[in-house]
Amino acid sequence: MTDREAVAHLLRRATFGPTADEVDAAERAGPAATLDRLLNPNRADRGAAATPVPALPPDPYAALSKESSREQRQKANTERREQLQLLTSWWLDRMVAAEDGLSEKLLFFWHGHWATSAQKVKSARLMLGQLETLRRHARGPLGPLVAAMVRDPALILWLDGQKNTRKAPNENLARELMELFTLGIGSYTEADVKAGARALTGWVVDRRTGVARFEARRHDPGEKTILGRTGRFDAETYAGLLAAQPAAATFVAGRLWFRYAGSDVPPPAGLAGADTVATLRTLFSSPAFAQTRGTLVKQPVEWVVGALRQLGIRPSKLPEQQRKQLLAGLNALDQVPLRPPSVGGWPAGAAWLTTSSLQARLRTAGMLAAATAPAVLARLTAAPVAGRPDALARLLVVDAWGARTRAALTPLAGEPRKLLAAGLVSPEYTVS
Amino acid sequence: MDTLTRRKFMLASGVVGASALAAGAGAYGLRDLLDTAGDRDPRSRTLVLVTLYGGNDGLNTVIPYGDPAYRAARPELAYPDDEVLRLDDDFGLNPALAGLHQRWSGGGLAIVRGVGYPKPDRSHFRSMDIWHTAQPDRPGNTGWLGRWLDGAGGDPRLAVSFEPALPPLLAGARSAGAAVPVAERKAAKGLPAETLTAFAAPEAGESAARGRAAACFADLRSVDEMIRQVRDSAETDEADPDGEQAPATATGGARTPLDAQLDLVAQCVEAEVSTRVFSVSLGGFDTHADEKQLQAVLLGQVDRALTGFADRMSRTEAGRKVVVAVYSEFGRRVRANASDGTDHGTASDLLLLGAGVRGGWHGAPPSLTDLDDGDLKYTTDFRDVYATLLERVLDTDPGPVLADWRGRLGGLF
Repeated sequence: MTDREAVAHLLRRATFGPTADEVDAAERAGPAATLDRLLNPNRADRGAAATPVPALPPDPYAALSKESSREQRQKANTERREQLQLLTSWWLDRMVAAEDGLSEKLLFFWHGHWATSAQKVKSARLMLGQLETLRRHARGPLGPLVAAMVRDPALILWLDGQKNTRKAPNENLARELMELFTLGIGSYTEADVKAGARALTGWVVDRRTGVARFEARRHDPGEKTILGRTGRFDAETYAGLLAAQPAAATFVAGRLWFRYAGSDVPPPAGLAGADTVATLRTLFSSPAFAQTRGTLVKQPVEWVVGALRQLGIRPSKLPEQQRKQLLAGLNALDQVPLRPPSVGGWPAGAAWLTTSSLQARLRTAGMLAAATAPAVLARLTAAPVAGRPDALARLLVVDAWGARTRAALTPLAGEPRKLLAAGLVSPEYTVS
Repeated sequence: MDTLTRRKFMLASGVVGASALAAGAGAYGLRDLLDTAGDRDPRSRTLVLVTLYGGNDGLNTVIPYGDPAYRAARPELAYPDDEVLRLDDDFGLNPALAGLHQRWSGGGLAIVRGVGYPKPDRSHFRSMDIWHTAQPDRPGNTGWLGRWLDGAGGDPRLAVSFEPALPPLLAGARSAGAAVPVAERKAAKGLPAETLTAFAAPEAGESAARGRAAACFADLRSVDEMIRQVRDSAETDEADPDGEQAPATATGGARTPLDAQLDLVAQCVEAEVSTRVFSVSLGGFDTHADEKQLQAVLLGQVDRALTGFADRMSRTEAGRKVVVAVYSEFGRRVRANASDGTDHGTASDLLLLGAGVRGGWHGAPPSLTDLDDGDLKYTTDFRDVYATLLERVLDTDPGPVLADWRGRLGGLF
């Protein structure tokens, strides 16, 4: 692999998709310095500053009472949906605008890991609150992240934590906490699930204020034996116990590997570091990571956000119609931020490569090509017609087209927008 | 849209799709295509698999109302005797299943009792993987119907799902079923057909994922032609349930309503497309809290969708060769939790209806008192059901698909 290929591979995976200029700069800096800069940006993110977190009014449901009319309830429902749409659009715009691309993609990783959906939580403020918690702890050690998440209102509502009381515990949160978020299947028993549920009892969410609160009378203060340790576990000590398990570090590192490197090559030994940034450093530096080039299917959000960045499109600047098309495209591709289909998160790999998703990609690619910034298009058309497939590869940060794709692209060289759309749906671009 | 005649279908799909493929992928050949597309054996049957994601509470679906242990274990959640739709003196259906109850009376509904597998796993995902792969010891990465598809030639049109992402059960080792979108009428426009055909060509030395991405272009041409001819899609705008009643935590399942998915299946069947297996699904059954109302709403959807589908199928020759099987990854705990819900359980009943299915009870009901850590002990291995469906509906030797599984469910057909 040349240095340019190495930094392009790194940037494609560590961020939502680099522009050609970013790859140029990274090539000049070299792979080691590029990795350092990704992991420790050490400068203010102007893109993030330009896309501030939206101010969300209180949950419209908080103003309702038992006496509220049907019309008032319907209005509250509509407002809730609008708030969620606003939040989703903002996040998409932030993903595109942010300069600290590693942190943005890492936040999306954690969102998919703790897979909480607005479909049940319904409150944009609570979803945003969870994102901010995830962002705060994204790069650090596991312990504080897990401790914060077991008290996160959105997660509690998502997994029925507020229904979990001493009288008869509800296992939903305890089970998924161990199976999906920390230890992975096989590292705990059914008895641990039952005891863990008792440890988590007592937390409720005040829908009015959006705050999670501990109610001692609902908590089971008795002794519990979890993972071979006996004590009066509560949410905090239980979270601490889980995060301290060697299985947790291995499991979470494995999930990072799965999303950043894929499932074709097994993760290297000793992947788990003291915190997420350390794990990512090991991950991106390992020879096994280099071997995964060209094997990872882009998730739809990765595919869309990468394309938006490369084509110079800011979703918030699009006309209403195209903005809607963009969200409709993500919906048809079955990956809308804030709405994971399952607490197990989004699928991966070939599950995204279906006839259905290809149709959606073709339509969205057409929309993206139509919205491409004139300056970007000019770079493509500045190349002589015969050289345009190569100019396209540079623009989309594809290392090289294979003969098949070149044969597909060449007849379109005279029609730059079609050429762009074809590049976006090509196997080389879809699988990075 | 009118039912498409078989001849129109052949013109629309077989030939057009075939030439595109011949020019392209090598994902499968012209001959395979003609064999499976237009020339469907009119005697062949169709399997429609309905997956309920989240773990449907079997004990409040087929209700053991005659057993005092039922009411004792879940006083708040139990249905009173007079609400249950009686099947016999011991069992009855959930009140939301009126249509299926009627079918039972006419001998058209089979209920297989206590279906599960050894060492039950209470994780949604692992248990669903087990049902998808039919490999309880170690779920691999192929689905049982994907392996069937491998053996049946690999044409993706043989096994179709109306979900955007492919359900694992349709993924084979060498081939994959087709995931067909419900709410999209228009074929993708913008790129010329030649471009799509060119993308379908395999590239030497390319990764498996890129190969699959290319093969999608080949599949698209064939599947798209087939479905375009039968589509009559009502736009299905997904709306979240409003109000304070919270849905269950999502654990998977299609976002398109079940009846809309089955509507498409019905149109495909009536057009006599080559598809032998349809996979449809409904999610939301993870009723850890406030279960009763939530489950009734979902079961009502299941009931309306299934009975509407079954009625429609009974009206055509092709429709009368359709078998429907309904299952979930597990049932729920016998005892209720304090949130008026139930936590993850084990064995549950499986419902079958359609062509040649013998209605009534099959297998033995699990005991409500002789439990395995609070959960039902399974009495029928789900692979017995799969093997029987492979043999009797798909006319296939189950051996290669189910690792030489010997069990069968006698008397089902």
